[in-house]
Amino acid sequence: MPVPISATLGMLGDNLRKRRSALPLGRRVSTAWARGLDLPHGGSTVLYTGQMWQMVPAINAMSRQLSKYENSRLTGLFGFARTLNRLVNLTPLLARTKASERRAYNERLRNIVRLLRAAGVEFGYLYADDVYAGGLAHDEGLDRALEEHARWVWEVFRRNGVRRVITVDPHTTNMLRSVFPKLVPGFSLEVRSYLEVLAEKRLTARAPLERTATIHDSCVYARYENVVEPPRTLLAGAGVRLAEPELSGKMTFCCGGPIEMLFPGKSSEVATKRINQLKAVDSRVVTACPLCYANLSRAAPSDVEIHDISDYLVEAYCPVEA
Amino acid sequence: MKTDPTFVDTLRLGGEFDARMCMNCGVCTALCPLGLEILPRKLFRRVLLGDHTAVEGQETTIFSCLLCRLCEQNCPGGVHIAENVRTLRTYLNREVHGLAEA
Repeated sequence: MPVPISATLGMLGDNLRKRRSALPLGRRVSTAWARGLDLPHGGSTVLYTGQMWQMVPAINAMSRQLSKYENSRLTGLFGFARTLNRLVNLTPLLARTKASERRAYNERLRNIVRLLRAAGVEFGYLYADDVYAGGLAHDEGLDRALEEHARWVWEVFRRNGVRRVITVDPHTTNMLRSVFPKLVPGFSLEVRSYLEVLAEKRLTARAPLERTATIHDSCVYARYENVVEPPRTLLAGAGVRLAEPELSGKMTFCCGGPIEMLFPGKSSEVATKRINQLKAVDSRVVTACPLCYANLSRAAPSDVEIHDISDYLVEAYCPVEA
Repeated sequence: MKTDPTFVDTLRLGGEFDARMCMNCGVCTALCPLGLEILPRKLFRRVLLGDHTAVEGQETTIFSCLLCRLCEQNCPGGVHIAENVRTLRTYLNREVHGLAEA
């Protein structure tokens, strides 16, 4: 049997309403990345993670489980799981993550902090109030739960006196910049992706990379939020010679990520198609979205390297002093 | 086929649905990474005619859509395809999945 849509989405809606997240991670896990960085608490400009990078290890674990269950009789238990999940948060059980994997993903957020600091940008972080924006509920058409959640998120920002946010992924950027203003009366925040913020600064690469790579544009950055040039400007400045795949920029091809929860098999077919398009150009692929990164990494053969853009940018703009 | 002229209005309770500019040219289908054959052009036409059983019978297709907008980027009619698909999901969640409260 396929993954049952109604029980799975029901669980997602229950989580959002009851625990304020698609995959409730708990405060310790979602804020661990900031340890030792001395980020000021709050302020009018904040770096808003929307918990997306922190969620990827749990998404990976969930996806491994779901691809096992897809087309097995175990999917019959999803209704029961939904009932149980109302009482107990099943996320830590269904999506067990390794500390080493969490550290690797958290490092991307630390990269972003280093880059913004190198560019002289001042910002705070909301710690426990750095909440999930609700992107998955929006995609799946769980609009009632999403509206309630969006109003709550806006209240969290208002309570903290936030006026500007710097986002770290396309999905959260889209939710805050394009979706929330339609859902929440009076919603008003200046929302910019860290790539847009950095591309406007005149950063000089202290250790130019002198390498070739290709780029995979996120559909949401390119087609929803018109973020096409900033990653290219930053990579060019970092010394990366980019070769564009046949489908790129506004014509980019999806990584398959958006359907990995309900249709893991089809999702990985799309990822494989994309990998083949990318590797025809270069064996090094740069992504700018945690979900693209995770989905393409799972589909990539060993001779294709997937890198988050922040890894390259930190290496060039903020090299560790020898 | 049973048609219901009020169906689009019911659908619009949950969001935007506008496919009047669709001329069934098929660019969307040709570009779709999943090769979804019925979505959007055929299904949208059925929706405009008020054939709600067609929507209910295409649940898998409606939830498979990547919302990647490659079709929309190239739609000569400028149809907001991804938003229409989201509205169909909202309808199915409300009317079929018993997730009205979600």
